[in-house]
Amino acid sequence: MKTPYEGVAIVGAYNTIQAKQLPGWTEPALVLDAIRGALGDAGLTPADVDGVNVSTWVTQLNSRTVCQWFGGRPSWTGTSHPGVESVLEAAAAIQSGQAHTVVIATAQCGEYTDRESTVSWTRPENEFVECWGLYTAAEFALMAQRHMHIYGTPRAALSEVAASIRSNGALNPDAVFYGRECSPAEVEASRMVADPFRLLDCCITSEGGAAIVLTSTERAKDLDVEPIYVLGGALDRQGNSYVTAPVWERYGWVGRRAAEMTFEQCGLSPKDVDFAELYDPFSFEIIRQLEAFGFCKEGEGADFVLEGRIRIDGDLPVATNGGILSYSHAGVAQLLQKPIAAVQQLRGQLAPDLTLHEPKVALATNGGSGALFCDVMALGKEQV
Amino acid sequence: MSSATPSPAIPLPRPTTLSKPFWDACREGRLTVQQCNDCQAYTFIPQPCCGECLSEKLEWVESSGRGTLYSFSTVYRPQQPMFEVPYTVVIVELEEGYHMLSNLLGVEPEDVAIGTKLQVAFEERSDEITLPYFRVANDA
Repeated sequence: MKTPYEGVAIVGAYNTIQAKQLPGWTEPALVLDAIRGALGDAGLTPADVDGVNVSTWVTQLNSRTVCQWFGGRPSWTGTSHPGVESVLEAAAAIQSGQAHTVVIATAQCGEYTDRESTVSWTRPENEFVECWGLYTAAEFALMAQRHMHIYGTPRAALSEVAASIRSNGALNPDAVFYGRECSPAEVEASRMVADPFRLLDCCITSEGGAAIVLTSTERAKDLDVEPIYVLGGALDRQGNSYVTAPVWERYGWVGRRAAEMTFEQCGLSPKDVDFAELYDPFSFEIIRQLEAFGFCKEGEGADFVLEGRIRIDGDLPVATNGGILSYSHAGVAQLLQKPIAAVQQLRGQLAPDLTLHEPKVALATNGGSGALFCDVMALGKEQV
Repeated sequence: MSSATPSPAIPLPRPTTLSKPFWDACREGRLTVQQCNDCQAYTFIPQPCCGECLSEKLEWVESSGRGTLYSFSTVYRPQQPMFEVPYTVVIVELEEGYHMLSNLLGVEPEDVAIGTKLQVAFEERSDEITLPYFRVANDA
């Protein structure tokens, strides 16, 4: 069928080194490393790039500055934040003929300095939020608690999600938590952070960079690379994050509209998805997304995960590189790392124990219920 | 215990032109909310227009300050060190139907339950700021 981005292919995907902290690195240095890595992966040269989208959190690096790195040659700059939204924006620019080859890059480091407080970007400054001691984990916990109340979602399901994803990271040599195996019992025994979330239910914090390169399918044919196609994608935004109360009945299914539009664009349905790089800031968010996107019915996400279906050997492996629970959670770079993980898995580039048998269709998502936004995209090894 | 009065050193709201009427009323021990004079819908947090019909005819009206505990999280790892743990963050569903974030005072973590009837309890935090906490309603 005719899909919205059928003339576009992802040809380069690259993550820099990821670590709890990267002393000696700066964000611009990580971005440059990421850009070189992604262009190298694609077999492209800097002169091929005519579109750029770069932003960083701490040093506020921007696209036009990075265009200067390219000698001022690129003509198109993206304005979307890193992640699914920036990939869709770049794909639309190529599809509409505004650009031919776009590099998207970001990085984060130098942010983790205060061990007594939660990471600064998890702390909302809004006058109706901050004074109550809220931060990201507590915001998402308010959603999880309500879901558990309505559907009887058991604590064990949360532990199974965290253990499944962290087990993937344990097998990924590039993961910050490589070698750190994790069982549901260990999740259950970890210290309480914000009820119902225990420490191992929560994503890690780390540093690193990432970049992705898109070009036209015509151009991709000339490259010695396996192109990955953007089959569809859409956003679901419901106002500012961490300002209004995260009310389940109002915002709990955020992302559903994006998933429905994504599937409609490419004529696929949840049963066609081979694996899902779902956004995993907290264990519960996987259960929520499975329900919101139609992989199971509302309230049945716990059963879905407790049957082992999101494990690497299950029928819908989730966060196959270890996700932000275990692979890396480098500020905003992690958003771009979801589509990158999908590309790498579709190409068979992950460690052997994490490599799925000929996957064809992947989902990648950014954002979750506590943040009141959730973007979705579908990627494929072939056009549909 | 969670009933401890939160430390006065916590970060306090910095009222804006939009929110000043809310915080002024809190200082007088009144919980208020914006109501639309066109469609009667309530809007919270403060906005320049009605969230239902975009009318600018919003009026600050008194809320009953009574509601039910909609969801909660008892926090053991504080946002910042000046917050004394554990503390319980709640979403309160007010009788008028709107929701607000707050802290629950006077309830042990194991006793917190969705559906509990609550009422607002003001605590002065500075000359300018009095915060609207919630406690279990007297008649609950």
